[in-house]
Amino acid sequence: MSKYTEDDLREELKTKEYEYGFYTDIKSDTFPIGLNEDIVRAISKKKEEPQWMTDWRLESFKAWKEMTEPEWANVKYEKPDFQAISYYSAPNSKPKYDSIDEVDPELLATFEKLGISLDEQKKLAGVAMDVVIDSVSVATTFKKTLGEKGIIFCSISEAIKEHPELVKKYIGTVVPQKDNFYAALNSAVFSDGSFCYIPKGVRCPMELSTYFRINQAGTGQFERTLVIADEGSYVSYLEGCTAPSRDENQLHAAVVELIALDDAEIKYSTVQNWYPGNAEGKGGVYNFVTKRGLCEKNAKISWTQVETGSAVTWKYPSCILKGDNSVGEFYSIAVTNNYQQADTGTKMIHLGKNTRSTIISKGISAGKSQNSYRGLVQINSRAENARNFSQCDSLLMGNECGAHTFPYIEAKNNSAKIEHEATTSKIGEDQIFYCNQRGIDTEKAIALIVNGFSKEVLNKLPMEFAVEAQKLLEISLEGSVG
Amino acid sequence: MDLKEKLLSSYLVFEDHVDIDTYVHNLRNDAIKIFEDKGFPTKKEEAWKYTSLNKILKEDYSVFPKQENAIEYNDVKKYFIHDIDSYKIVFIDGKYSSHLSQTTHDGMDICLMSAALTKPKYRLIIENYFNKAATKDSLPSLNTAFSSEGAYIHIPKNKMVEKPIQIIHFSTGNESALMLQPRNLIVVDENSHVQIIERHQSLTNSPVLTNSVTEIFTNKRAIVDYYKIQNDSLNASLIDNTFIKQKQESVASVHTFAFGGNLVRNNLNFYQHGERIDSTLKGVTIIGDKQHVDHNTLVHHIEPNCESHQDYKGIFGENSTGVFNGKIIVEKEAQKTNAFQANNNILISDKATINTKPQLEIFADDVKCSHGCTIGQLDESALFYMQSRGIPKKEAKALLMYAFSNNVLSSVKIPEMKQRITKIIANKLGVNLGFDL
Repeated sequence: MSKYTEDDLREELKTKEYEYGFYTDIKSDTFPIGLNEDIVRAISKKKEEPQWMTDWRLESFKAWKEMTEPEWANVKYEKPDFQAISYYSAPNSKPKYDSIDEVDPELLATFEKLGISLDEQKKLAGVAMDVVIDSVSVATTFKKTLGEKGIIFCSISEAIKEHPELVKKYIGTVVPQKDNFYAALNSAVFSDGSFCYIPKGVRCPMELSTYFRINQAGTGQFERTLVIADEGSYVSYLEGCTAPSRDENQLHAAVVELIALDDAEIKYSTVQNWYPGNAEGKGGVYNFVTKRGLCEKNAKISWTQVETGSAVTWKYPSCILKGDNSVGEFYSIAVTNNYQQADTGTKMIHLGKNTRSTIISKGISAGKSQNSYRGLVQINSRAENARNFSQCDSLLMGNECGAHTFPYIEAKNNSAKIEHEATTSKIGEDQIFYCNQRGIDTEKAIALIVNGFSKEVLNKLPMEFAVEAQKLLEISLEGSVG
Repeated sequence: MDLKEKLLSSYLVFEDHVDIDTYVHNLRNDAIKIFEDKGFPTKKEEAWKYTSLNKILKEDYSVFPKQENAIEYNDVKKYFIHDIDSYKIVFIDGKYSSHLSQTTHDGMDICLMSAALTKPKYRLIIENYFNKAATKDSLPSLNTAFSSEGAYIHIPKNKMVEKPIQIIHFSTGNESALMLQPRNLIVVDENSHVQIIERHQSLTNSPVLTNSVTEIFTNKRAIVDYYKIQNDSLNASLIDNTFIKQKQESVASVHTFAFGGNLVRNNLNFYQHGERIDSTLKGVTIIGDKQHVDHNTLVHHIEPNCESHQDYKGIFGENSTGVFNGKIIVEKEAQKTNAFQANNNILISDKATINTKPQLEIFADDVKCSHGCTIGQLDESALFYMQSRGIPKKEAKALLMYAFSNNVLSSVKIPEMKQRITKIIANKLGVNLGFDL
């Protein structure tokens, strides 16, 4: 891929509003709006699911009805009306395609606009993509290569049909149905998502990737992802999200469950640029996501996220360090501009001995946005020699935005070592002056400094993603320079 | 009858026998309504997530002491910083003790809240300051409703108060269980300087619950040093609500030494109304047994060019629990703010718990704000080093812990007080450090 230079960015910034704000005219099969038991049953039936799954959904739905929407997050938004959402929308051009050529050309064009044309992606570093448009997986690539290794990488609905024993065993074990309001909702109505199983001792040869897009107006996106890394295996999983410009707020309530068995390692990277609403704060996606990973003995889970989109983000990828010597990591960049609000962070629950966790969180707020870090580090009384390091840095651009930190630290073991530090600052005038003095104009200087600020996290992203993330970072800060 | 109902019905009696001054009367009536609505805080409230009052609210507290109790100075001398001359405002079971106190009206007022609330000459100050800094939360409101006694200190312009003021509350245990609600008002006018030491001490093992409110106003360029010594018996609980409203260029510092008590909750709030203000919040907590100490601080930066410094150290042994909940808010207008917060903790027992939550809420861009928080153990190699030089392990540990808390002690401005604290710390750690600082 040719290098993306500062000049390219400038050109782009001039012309660009929300680059991915287009609407693909694909005939969709959409359910009537509203939610009740029949809709849950209908979704299940539509997906040709076995009885146990239908029951599981109904159980979740019952739990959800009893629950109320959480209020504690540091975000303000108009509550979505759950009866005004259509809970299922699938591109009509089914059944499944055997090859890319059969895919609806309009759909392909969508991907092309997104800059992730499958062909290109295929060539580029051998990424296998499970592409999800409005909740239904329409194309899965490299399945064969993966199959040879025994790796299962498919949509979750397919997994429910073909690998029910795995799904049944693990689904809901990390994020129980009743975990929280949105997790319960998701458990009841999830339409699709990705499923991944890496067998014992296998090192997944390529980065697994999914791409989510919210397309149909007024549809909620309820993804369910389940990644299981069996003993001694390794997988790197990429997730990217975009949504076209839409004026009503769209709801995205996903659940991601990671299970790393003994000695396994999962690396989960996300680039999220859902539509953030326009400059007046109208529209945009509500992103309420529950992501959690479970580490058994000597296992490692690493979350990396770049959050630039969504009107409201509410997301805490967490690690339960259950096994001894397990490791949890969280690297995050959250950028908010205009009227965006983000309340994001992580939870590290130390249960096993010698468990370690690292949290690096970088928040950048510009415009009139609010950016919060909320984290929990909990050392259980049996977690001998647990170690945590947390660092939360915030960068403020302009005096109408806010940066907040809410770290919760709970230690119940005297051998725990915990460090937490947080700083908030703006871009130093001296730094900009220095750049100006060397012939770099202010806009470029800021891009440079922001990049440097986020470097620690960007470095953790797989190469192809890092390029995109860097680009996104700069686009989302467009116009905040002054 | 639970404590809330008891308090509500006691209020009716209380209102009957206090002097009816309409201004304060109205405040009290409003306050009791707030308390009635909100009740005692529960763990469901974010600010009380880690501290439950349930246990201490179960006692059958008497709200008004029935008799006046006297105590001899010699019996309680050790609770005073007695080796220096000072003003003293002493209360026994909530009642003012004139023979233990030393107050003044000479050029400044160091006297009683009961006098200030009733005498017409203080009316202006009461109307301007009383209940103007306290929040409308349930516990401060409860105190406001029952406010009748406490310390009243008003230092006029350009006055350097030459000796410290000690405010001491004794409880004698003659009542089986006692609830106290002292109310202090401290107004320091332009360019004045005052040092205040506050202490709550129960003399027996009877349960005591103190819900205290202190309002401090520092006008232009005033300097206030406030020290809180909390080394009470294991049946005494304290909820301390302190509100400090600062005007431009004033300097206020509060040091909290929390060593004793069953449950201690410190709500310490600083509001900076003016430019170039300096606020300091420091604390040392050393507890064991089943003690619970909760520091809940707020620094509200409202105007530009101000600073705040927070430094809290904690050492937690046995089954004790420590909570630190520090919040810094920087408003949009408060550019060029420097706000620092540090919270360091050592757990010396595997049953001790520490919950800490340092928060930053920042709306201004040109600021330097940082917070740091650590939980760890004593440095093994330092311990080994000292042992290899013939210092017994116990002393070596004590020395390390002393050194750990020294940062906070070093900014104490009354030398005798510093010595006293050093001794309490040595005592707490069960060693003789063999030196005073």
